[in-house]
Amino acid sequence: MLYAPVPSPEPMHIPDGFLSVTVSVILWGISIIVIAYALKRVNADLGERQIPLMGVLAAAIFAGQMLNFTVAGGTSGHLMGAAIATILLGPWAAVLVMTTVISIQALIFQDGGMLALGANIFNMAVIGVAVSYVAYTTIVSLTSNRKWGVFMGGFLSAWSSIVVTSLAVALQLALSGTSPANLAVPAMAAIHAIIGIGEGLITVGALALVYSTRPDLLKLGQAGPKGGKLVWVIGLLLAIGLAILSPLASANPDGLERVAEQKGFLGIAKGPIYEVIPDYVLPGISNEALATILAGVLGVIIVFGVALAVAYMRRSRQVSGD
Amino acid sequence: MYSSIEVEKLSYSYPDGHVALREVSLNISPCEKVALVGPNGAGKSTLILNLNGILRGQGKISVAGLELNEKNLGRVRACVGLVFQSPDDQLFSPTVFEDVAFGPLYQGYPEVEVRQRVKEALAVVGMSDYVGRVSHHLSVGEKKRIAIATVLSMKPELLVLDEPTAGLDPRARRSLINLLRELPITMLISTHDMLMVRELFPRMVIMDEGYIVADGETLELMENEALLSAHGLEKP
Amino acid sequence: MHIHFLDPYQPRLSPVHRLDPRVKFVLAVAFILTTAITPPGAWPVYILLLAIVLAVEILSDLGVGYVLRRSMLAIPFVLAAFPVIFTLEGLTVFSLDIGPWMLTASQPGLERFISIALKSWISVQAAIILAGSTPFPDLLVAMRAVKVPRLLVAIFGLMWRYLFVMVDEAMRLLRARAARSGHADRSDLKPGGKLVWRGRMAGGMAGSLFLRAFERSDRIYMAMAARGYNGEVHSFALPSLSPANWLVLGLSLAVLLILLIISILIFG
Ligand SMILES: Nc1ncnc2c1ncn2[C@@H]1O[C@H](COP(=O)(O)OP(=O)(O)O)[C@@H](O)[C@H]1O
Ligand SMILES: [Mg+2]
Repeated sequence: MLYAPVPSPEPMHIPDGFLSVTVSVILWGISIIVIAYALKRVNADLGERQIPLMGVLAAAIFAGQMLNFTVAGGTSGHLMGAAIATILLGPWAAVLVMTTVISIQALIFQDGGMLALGANIFNMAVIGVAVSYVAYTTIVSLTSNRKWGVFMGGFLSAWSSIVVTSLAVALQLALSGTSPANLAVPAMAAIHAIIGIGEGLITVGALALVYSTRPDLLKLGQAGPKGGKLVWVIGLLLAIGLAILSPLASANPDGLERVAEQKGFLGIAKGPIYEVIPDYVLPGISNEALATILAGVLGVIIVFGVALAVAYMRRSRQVSGD
Repeated sequence: MYSSIEVEKLSYSYPDGHVALREVSLNISPCEKVALVGPNGAGKSTLILNLNGILRGQGKISVAGLELNEKNLGRVRACVGLVFQSPDDQLFSPTVFEDVAFGPLYQGYPEVEVRQRVKEALAVVGMSDYVGRVSHHLSVGEKKRIAIATVLSMKPELLVLDEPTAGLDPRARRSLINLLRELPITMLISTHDMLMVRELFPRMVIMDEGYIVADGETLELMENEALLSAHGLEKP
Repeated sequence: MHIHFLDPYQPRLSPVHRLDPRVKFVLAVAFILTTAITPPGAWPVYILLLAIVLAVEILSDLGVGYVLRRSMLAIPFVLAAFPVIFTLEGLTVFSLDIGPWMLTASQPGLERFISIALKSWISVQAAIILAGSTPFPDLLVAMRAVKVPRLLVAIFGLMWRYLFVMVDEAMRLLRARAARSGHADRSDLKPGGKLVWRGRMAGGMAGSLFLRAFERSDRIYMAMAARGYNGEVHSFALPSLSPANWLVLGLSLAVLLILLIISILIFG
């Protein structure tokens, strides 16, 4: 019952190996820029309170992801947390809190890869937060801050953050040549349209508790968490972009594949060198195979030999030392 | 004979290998009030968690004649009303009403019956006026009473409380003791509060290092100072 | 309740444990990067990478079994790459007849799929070794060394400090909920409540966890302020790397570079 690591709530934490280097590096770049800006903003808004607040809330989100509930037939709903973090803390602090959660999950629990961490931060901490922010602030201001508006905003921001994030994951997998868009996009969207309901229900439950207990934390009357027009516009563009791009991509997977190939997304190794040694697989395949096997066996013997020798030497030294 | 709870040779070890219970046997008759005492780490909480199958050890446990197994787990949980040491763990709804309604709602009772049970449970603990309040803002003593109501609403066969008076101020403690005295229900209570034990519980079970080392009349055991001090207890 | 086994760090006296955390961190990232760049189908390189990671596992005293068991975590995600077997064009390897569909597995498809699965498996082992052989505070040092902003490192550190407290609280909430999740003595009642209600209750638990986190962070802040904290993160300068650590770093990076060049030149 106590066994850790905590299971990842949704198939959203991409492990290493599934994204091409190009996609990983680009998304790392974007994430770093957003984090740097968020650090600046949060520093200005919260000042010296930020470290304890962000740290403890990140721990709470991590722990909150363990609070599951039975949905049906052995499946259960969990929390990802981007929406509730955005609503309680505002977008910039939420970016940092989610970044912290996702980084610790990757680094300590191998929930998501290290090279893929940039992408995972981009998906959950940037897209997830931006979409939550747009959905929540829009609905809360449309309903002029009424109680049901807060809850509806909470539900929809949670649901849409999950769905849009999953679309981003599907597109990245397609761009990396890992999963064809015409399968990945509809599959991810369909699964997460359902998973998102669980996220929505938990988020509303959490909001209801906060609303009745500490309404001051919901910053009522201030038109939702602080963020500004720019965040709103960017978030909306991201959401719309993904919502339009992914059906397009899934309707025309070859198109995406072609873009990916032309831009070198399918691994930089397919570049010029590809033309230097063409078609190595087909002609002389038996020799290649033989060489492959030989090289492999030789390498394994060398590496293991060294490792075992070192381990053996240490052990005998420990024994004689006793 | 019919027992409220019957524990037979129950052993439990935590996943890290620590043995917390060693062949514990215990029998409690209906409407008996039993105190469970012993030093920190004796295994009291572990025993309590075993009683409604939160932890599962080796041995046999029956509640109201119902053997605790995979099939009866749900029934047994409704029969054993477990009140945890920290009421905050038990109160997680926006209002007191929803917290007290959790058990019956989970059991599937229709709304009318749920409302009735909540009303009764709150009345028993003397908190009827608190039905619409926010649990989070109550005092520790009040939370404690609400926590008791959250299990009374399930109409359990037996009430099990883990260190109920720990952390209460004298007045809250006194009012809780008065409440426990009035409750007409089988009770097993783990505690370090020997004054309360003497005042309230005719029977006392002493645990240490996973064993039950004594089980008998409170007044008699309290006279045996050698026994008490051997297990880190003091005569009140 | 103690959840100390949440922490994957396994104290040992191995050479891997003794390596400077900064070197370990950089090497783990470099290794994963190398694995990522290795083109699909470069089997000898994959075998060598796997051999290296297994060798380090042996050296680390973590136990190959332990690492392999943990490495299975990434497996469910492999499903995401499964369709690629049938969607890439190329030499047909085999065909599956499933009702109305005819699935044709191509050689490039299979190659890509196996490569992805291998990459993922090899990389996750490197990450497991890093986490298993390096205490978290040392990882924070490594992050500072690779220029992760101090503020972020401080937040990571505080999160780690309170992670166990929070997970403990979450487990107690779950436990208290389970204790009250009983069945009535009537066969006509269906236990479990309505889906929406269950979701809301789980949300209430999450909400109360967050509220307590807010209140706790206030207390922590006051305790920090009482000891003179003013928002500045002070930290000791990092000690310089010993020659032995430099040597390990240099040699290992050279090996990875050679592997990389081989894999791109021959298999690219
Ligand atoms: N989750 C756990 N994992 C390992 N050991 C535990 C755990 N919980 C309690 N223990 C140990 O089991 C023993 C009994 O604990 P507990 O039942 O809580 O004692 P008590 O409630 O009498 O103070 C103690 O030695 C304690 O350290
Ligand atoms: Mg205890």
